[in-house]
Amino acid sequence: MARLSLGIDCGSTTTKGALFDGETVVKTILLPTAARPRERMGQIYDAMYSSEVEYVVTTGYGRELLPQAHKRVTEITCHAKGAAYLCPGIAGVVDIGGQDSKAILLDRDGNVADFVMNDKCAAGTGRFVEMMGRILDCPLDEIDAFTKDAKPVDITSMCTVFAESEIISLLAQGRARGDIALGVIRSICQRTALFAQKLRPEGDLFFSGGLARFEVFRKTLESYIDWPVHTHPRSQMAGAIGAAIIGWQKIR
Amino acid sequence: MNRELIKDLPAVFEEFNEQRKKSFVTAMEMKQKGVPFVGVFCTYLPQELPMAMGAAVVGLCSMSGETIPEAEKDLPRNLCPLVKSSYGFAKTDKCPFFYFSDLIVGETTCDGKKKMYEMLGEFKPVYVMELPNSQSPEALELWKKEVIKFKEKLESHFGVTITDEDVRKAIKLKNEERQALKDFYSLMKLNPAPMLGGDMYKVLYGSTFKFDKEALIQEVKALTQKIKDTYDDGTPDCPKQKFAGRPRIMVTGSPIGGASEKVIKCLEDNGAQVVVFENCSGAKSVDEMVDEQNPDIYDALARRYLNIGCSCMTPDHNRFKLMDRLIDEYQVDAVVEVVLQACHTYNVESFLIKRFVTEEKKKPYIALETDYSTSDAGQISTRLAAFLEML
Repeated sequence: MARLSLGIDCGSTTTKGALFDGETVVKTILLPTAARPRERMGQIYDAMYSSEVEYVVTTGYGRELLPQAHKRVTEITCHAKGAAYLCPGIAGVVDIGGQDSKAILLDRDGNVADFVMNDKCAAGTGRFVEMMGRILDCPLDEIDAFTKDAKPVDITSMCTVFAESEIISLLAQGRARGDIALGVIRSICQRTALFAQKLRPEGDLFFSGGLARFEVFRKTLESYIDWPVHTHPRSQMAGAIGAAIIGWQKIR
Repeated sequence: MNRELIKDLPAVFEEFNEQRKKSFVTAMEMKQKGVPFVGVFCTYLPQELPMAMGAAVVGLCSMSGETIPEAEKDLPRNLCPLVKSSYGFAKTDKCPFFYFSDLIVGETTCDGKKKMYEMLGEFKPVYVMELPNSQSPEALELWKKEVIKFKEKLESHFGVTITDEDVRKAIKLKNEERQALKDFYSLMKLNPAPMLGGDMYKVLYGSTFKFDKEALIQEVKALTQKIKDTYDDGTPDCPKQKFAGRPRIMVTGSPIGGASEKVIKCLEDNGAQVVVFENCSGAKSVDEMVDEQNPDIYDALARRYLNIGCSCMTPDHNRFKLMDRLIDEYQVDAVVEVVLQACHTYNVESFLIKRFVTEEKKKPYIALETDYSTSDAGQISTRLAAFLEML
């Protein structure tokens, strides 16, 4: 019988689960959180739990909501663990989440050495991108194609509410939607890069969170940072994977 | 023996916690008997002078967000919550101590406060001492003059004479109070520390609202003894066992009162222990004694008070010196700095403090910017929990 650990990351936008057997991530699940964090965590737990699961770790803003969890760990520690697993040798992590963004500095052993968080407002978070997608009528999944060959427009408002009216006036001026979208992406990446560089990372960075799926974000972020920026097909799962790894360390 | 000795420690801590409210009645009775009240804001105020004329000294720094909306009718929103809240309590007369204060004394510390005092002066009897921005010999000279001017202000305002002998007695009494409080919080040098930082804070804060200093000194001494006696009684529930293995935290930065729940409680609920407060109402205001041997009492007072490390000083060497010593003495594992929103001097200085703590003292450091609201309680808790996971 296999021995497994389960990590569940309940974020503001999506809830993720990962099963780990000590070497590989054997299964992952992702569901929209949609204002029901307790229900989503329960669903993921029910779908992934088996008698083989020996330890359950929860993380993310809903981490307190699953009574079956053996341990609750903050998303900072879990993202760091998950990122160091997906991309060994990195010096830091940049995560753009649904309602906050964070940068984490790792020591040589992959432990958290320092971190900064932007959690005061929606500026530079996934919310900002959702707002843009809605106004520009661009589904997030098509963002790479949508911004291909675009010439970015300067977006000066950092506040999500003000940026919305800025985008509307740019549309009224007849600017191309792709150009505006790339402008918004640049403003988010520039802000995130400035913020990450407060930690003065020295080495390659890992980009996690939902937006890491899109090459345009990775490339733009990298253009503002002095170090290469990597992603992984499972970037969005980094928190859940990290939680599962922490769980594994407990059973071992 | 002192009645405090027969009480349980949690009851004693709660009593200190409730002290501010309890003192409302005491203060009223004292007022009726004609005892003058001097309301103060800051650690820099030489309390010995009002004490010397028999006045009660009471802290007016407000710790609740309750009156901030009222204050924001006059003051900008993006201002320090302590400044806004204090002004709000004065304006609405919701704080009995503002109401009882015959004279309110401020100092030219931060920009927010000194401008607020101008406005406060329009409806309250306010006197402002000119606190220098540095600790140079010239600054000391100015501050000494200000200390003497303050004594003269008290004399003319209350129609009393303050003799050198009165001041000397007050210096001695205040030093005894400091020593008692210092002996109390120095218990936290024990490893494991003998009480939660939250409880220690209740005593330090509550003690500022005990007007009978002689009684306070006895109470604090008895409490210190009681904690020593119960520290290691061999049971698994004694502090020495109960608090073993907790990371030892220093709290520094802006005055912490209004954010204490969010920060101290959160740290301790997540398994750490605050072993020393460097802030106002912590070591900063208690650590140094007034030199009783100095024949010039005003020089002694001026030196002692000007020496306090605070980000309103430039440069602020004394804060670094005190932190340096406290980090070693209290075997601190990590430093948490609390900066009140829009507190520019502490906010800017946090860069230098971080560098000092992480590079020279080689300890982890985190800074939190917060206010008196609960809107960021979730975020603060995540940050602090992540910080503790990092240790």
